Amino acid sequence: MTKFWVKVFALTFAVGVATGIVMEFEFGTNWATYSRYVGDIFGSALAAEGIFAFFLESGFLAILVFGWNKVSPKVHFLSTIMVALGAMLSAVWIVVANSWQQTPAGYHIVGTGINARAEITDFWQMFFNPSSMDRLSHTLSGAWLAGAFLILSISAFYIIKNRHYEFASRSFKVGLAIAIFASLFQLFSGHRSAVGVSQNQPAKLAAYEAHFDSSKVADLYLFGWVNEKNQQVNFGFALPKFLSFMIYGDFTTPVRGLNSFKPNEIPPVNIVFQTYHMMVAIGMTLIALSLIALFFMWRGTLFKKKWLMIVFIFSVLLPQAANQLGWISAEVGRQPWIVYGLLRTSDALSKTVTADQIVFSLILFAIIYALLLVLFLFLLNEKIKHGPDETEETSSEYDKQKILMNKGN
Amino acid sequence: MEFQFDLNTTWFILVGVLLTGYAILDGFDLGVGALHLFIKGDDNRRILINSIGPVWDGNEVWLVTGGGALFAAFPIVYAAVFSGFYNAIMILLFMLIFRAVAIEFRSKQPMIWWRQAWDIAFSVSSILIAFLMGVTIGNIITGVPIGADKEFHGTFIEMINPFTIMVGITTVSLFMMHGAIYLIMKTDGEVQKIVRQWANNTIIFFTICYVTTTMATLIYFPEMVQPFKHNPWLFGFAILNMLAVANIPRELNIGKDYKAFLSSCLSIAALLSLFAIGIFPNLVHSTISPEYNLNIYNAASSQKTLQIILNIALIGIPFVLSYTVSIYWIFRGKVKLDKMSY
Repeated sequence: MTKFWVKVFALTFAVGVATGIVMEFEFGTNWATYSRYVGDIFGSALAAEGIFAFFLESGFLAILVFGWNKVSPKVHFLSTIMVALGAMLSAVWIVVANSWQQTPAGYHIVGTGINARAEITDFWQMFFNPSSMDRLSHTLSGAWLAGAFLILSISAFYIIKNRHYEFASRSFKVGLAIAIFASLFQLFSGHRSAVGVSQNQPAKLAAYEAHFDSSKVADLYLFGWVNEKNQQVNFGFALPKFLSFMIYGDFTTPVRGLNSFKPNEIPPVNIVFQTYHMMVAIGMTLIALSLIALFFMWRGTLFKKKWLMIVFIFSVLLPQAANQLGWISAEVGRQPWIVYGLLRTSDALSKTVTADQIVFSLILFAIIYALLLVLFLFLLNEKIKHGPDETEETSSEYDKQKILMNKGN
Repeated sequence: MEFQFDLNTTWFILVGVLLTGYAILDGFDLGVGALHLFIKGDDNRRILINSIGPVWDGNEVWLVTGGGALFAAFPIVYAAVFSGFYNAIMILLFMLIFRAVAIEFRSKQPMIWWRQAWDIAFSVSSILIAFLMGVTIGNIITGVPIGADKEFHGTFIEMINPFTIMVGITTVSLFMMHGAIYLIMKTDGEVQKIVRQWANNTIIFFTICYVTTTMATLIYFPEMVQPFKHNPWLFGFAILNMLAVANIPRELNIGKDYKAFLSSCLSIAALLSLFAIGIFPNLVHSTISPEYNLNIYNAASSQKTLQIILNIALIGIPFVLSYTVSIYWIFRGKVKLDKMSY
């Protein structure tokens, strides 16, 4: 059972490493002014991520994937834990760094003009900045959901096809346990994040709910379409005064609206509104799906509900979408700031890089990322079709490929 | 400039150590990639790829961490060099992705055209990565147009000139030699006979490139040797370097393959030390005016950050070294293909 999931993980990891290096270098290549400005703070988080997390993860991954016959089962299991720990530590440092951009703390500004930069004054204040822990729990739990629903999806596929039934039903139960916990935990961590945003980034919260008028008690929309010019929400349905209740615990306290900000200090409202509400809607769907599955498992008919298994096959896309939408609303919601209240995104670019160069690199990466996606899906599909080896006696993949190769000649 | 052993100097050395670690470790797997097309037969090629299979990924982490350390300790250099060398870095990143994908996906399908296409991608990307890194080092030696605003004021084409191309080729030859010696340790039988021949050829190839580049540096960039005039004991590194290179064929002849590999590692370390001594205390020297040089003081983070990341490094490095050593220990010995292999 483990070997199959390790192979799926290794494939995903390879794509992750390849695209991850790009992200790191991009700070220097495309955001040089930003790198100068925040290097003193951001750099230490990135360096810590490299030293503590990447080495741990990549080192033990080698044992996890290639070390089956080289180390004892205990060491192998320890490696599995270390890889998971490495991945989570990686999330810790990078989310801390990103959260510092949302809610800077533990720094002071030195110099002026092009020489201005943020320097660290207190490492632990920087680390535990007002949003880092809420956002970390929300991000980690989102990643657990993405993993859990990948397992649920592949397992549901095998169950419907009645292949590897034993393997798939066991995997499904493990995935479901994580999904139930993580989806409910998202509700809690998401709520805490939103309350945090209301205190630290009121413009973002106002954009989440398209709340314009500061003197009013705020409504909580379920859906709608924001007309930014007229400052109203069309075709919307809202729970009246619920936003105030969610934040302050009463139905009377007004919430600061977008009108109280300078026009050049508010984010594009509709994008933030839509992505935020889609994320929340998907989150609720995931909770519902997990609980429905739990209900049928309790009734003992879970794996016989064909419609539910079909829903689960496609459910793999939902957490992925929610994670992306959540990041979009968080990052677009911070605009026009790259570092909230300190540095504008438009000022953070590399000044020496020309538009042509950006176009060139964008095309380059669009092509290779598209290729990566196609290859990844193709090989993942192959792996899933091939499935886990039922017994260790089955001829190895290598031998099978060799036979095929000889036929080809 | 007076030599002071302070936090800035410590970080100059530490960034150097990380990048040297990268050059030694990823050096041999890039070298294996560069030599990959010279061997025929699918099983042989799989042996080559699997010789670096469990470790290439971890080796690349040294680059990520080296980059992170440069960002943390010298953000001004990170910003100026990475945005200034934009096109080169984009091609480098493109190749790094391509190479990772080639290694990962090559053996996942049995079709001959599939495997051949990825073999070419693997080899070409390995060569280009090594070459571009050499060109970058070449540009640090020649200096780059850094202005008063601490920004790069040159073009991509200016980066490519006979000297930097020479350094690029030398880097490829160095990694090929390093990779061939690594392969001797990891293979046996027929394959080992072939790679032994490669080792002999690449040693000659590297020696020619090395001598040429060194002479060109002495003639055109005499400032690189100034520190050696002031501190003659630094010549020790140059002598160490030559002895290490000379020791490689000696050890190979008497069958001490792993010692030859250690010699090769040592020669890379000594070579990069010579480079670091040559540029110290500058990180990037400006061709516009020496006033605009980015050195370890005007391009550094605050003392507080340097101290914090030093603490992080002191906690982290023992762990990193222990994993690295254990991984290489676990995967020591000759390559055997099994079903988890690439």
